[in-house]
Amino acid sequence: MSIHTKTALSAGLLSCPSCHMLSKCPETSSKGKLACARCGSALHRRKPNSLARSWALVISAFIFYIPANLLPIMKTTTLGHTQEDTIMSGVIYMIVSGSWPLALIIFIASVFVPLAKLFILTYLLISVQRKSQWRPYDRTRLYRLTEAVGRWSMVDIYVVTILVALVNLGNLATIEAGMGAVFFGAVVVITIIAAMTFDPRLIWDNMEFDDE
Amino acid sequence: MSGNSLIACHECDLLHHLHEIPTGSTAKCRRCGMALHSPKADTINRTLALTIAGLMLFVVANIFPFLAFDMKGIRTETTLSTGIRLLFEQGMWEIAILVLLTSILIPFFQLLALMYILLPLLLNRTPRYLALVFRHLQNIQPWGMMEVFMLGILVSVVKLAKMANIIPGLAIWSFVVLIFVLAAASATLDSHAIWERVKIKSAP
Repeated sequence: MSIHTKTALSAGLLSCPSCHMLSKCPETSSKGKLACARCGSALHRRKPNSLARSWALVISAFIFYIPANLLPIMKTTTLGHTQEDTIMSGVIYMIVSGSWPLALIIFIASVFVPLAKLFILTYLLISVQRKSQWRPYDRTRLYRLTEAVGRWSMVDIYVVTILVALVNLGNLATIEAGMGAVFFGAVVVITIIAAMTFDPRLIWDNMEFDDE
Repeated sequence: MSGNSLIACHECDLLHHLHEIPTGSTAKCRRCGMALHSPKADTINRTLALTIAGLMLFVVANIFPFLAFDMKGIRTETTLSTGIRLLFEQGMWEIAILVLLTSILIPFFQLLALMYILLPLLLNRTPRYLALVFRHLQNIQPWGMMEVFMLGILVSVVKLAKMANIIPGLAIWSFVVLIFVLAAASATLDSHAIWERVKIKSAP
């Protein structure tokens, strides 16, 4: 058997999460924490408590997603008249007023991406817990997608920040951020951390080597 | 590579022997396709040059007028941090801190850290705490979101264009160039080459 059919874990090696150096895994499970000799990162066979932590983060993101969509993210005051906008009402307003490309950007970044990310992570967590052997390569690609795309959800938060800065004309017109933006920001941050906490190596740990 | 060319894939843990990889190409995991190692040509020189350019652009982007808003003759001038300051004043400090970190402080830290690491390496010295600084630089990477901020600017400008005149300032142009410079800096950075400069204290 060539070394190519082994994982670091099965060869008794630990891979450093920061600098990629391999260290020998001690035979006995010593209580002391292992650190990489080169960069000092903590070494673990797999990310510690990956499933439990990711589940906790995914569930809290689902919960926070509700007030993020129900509460206004923005309050516009023009000549004493105040209008409150949620994420969806903003999207609908943009479609009605004819700027559908903007509506599409905000809909994808603020509604589609966070939900898709949460559902994909939920699916990955369940598939790992059920020791699924189904299409590990595609599941890894799904994981990479959630990692790459999550940051773009921040766009709505930035739009609110820039609008607050620009539309600051005293009595004529002002824009304020609403509580929905706080919850939405929390959803974005929590889902990014959830994707980081999930260990994609767990997908492959259920696989046996059938090639070579 | 400390006499050992063995590497484990970070996404599926499969072991690989790394042979000589030509600069500019990428070694990928046989099983899951994850990039294992991609050596870069002249990494320290090029990344340092881009970092210095980035620091200058960063200063310009933060000091000069960013966007001005002209509605019926009433004009508001803003800088990059105006929105953050106003959010603090409105009591929305959670969002203010999030925006401050992801669009200003973290990119600034990234540039400073690269400067701190690369300048001594260019002069063939090893900076103190190299491993610690580089580790945190890698960990913080996902939280610098300037390119997303740029999309936010585009959306806001298009949204307001019907109501009023938006006048772009000098800062916004340097901000745009800075995004490309940062992307180029991360493309020319060869993390393996940096890690190889770290002295290993004791045998694992």
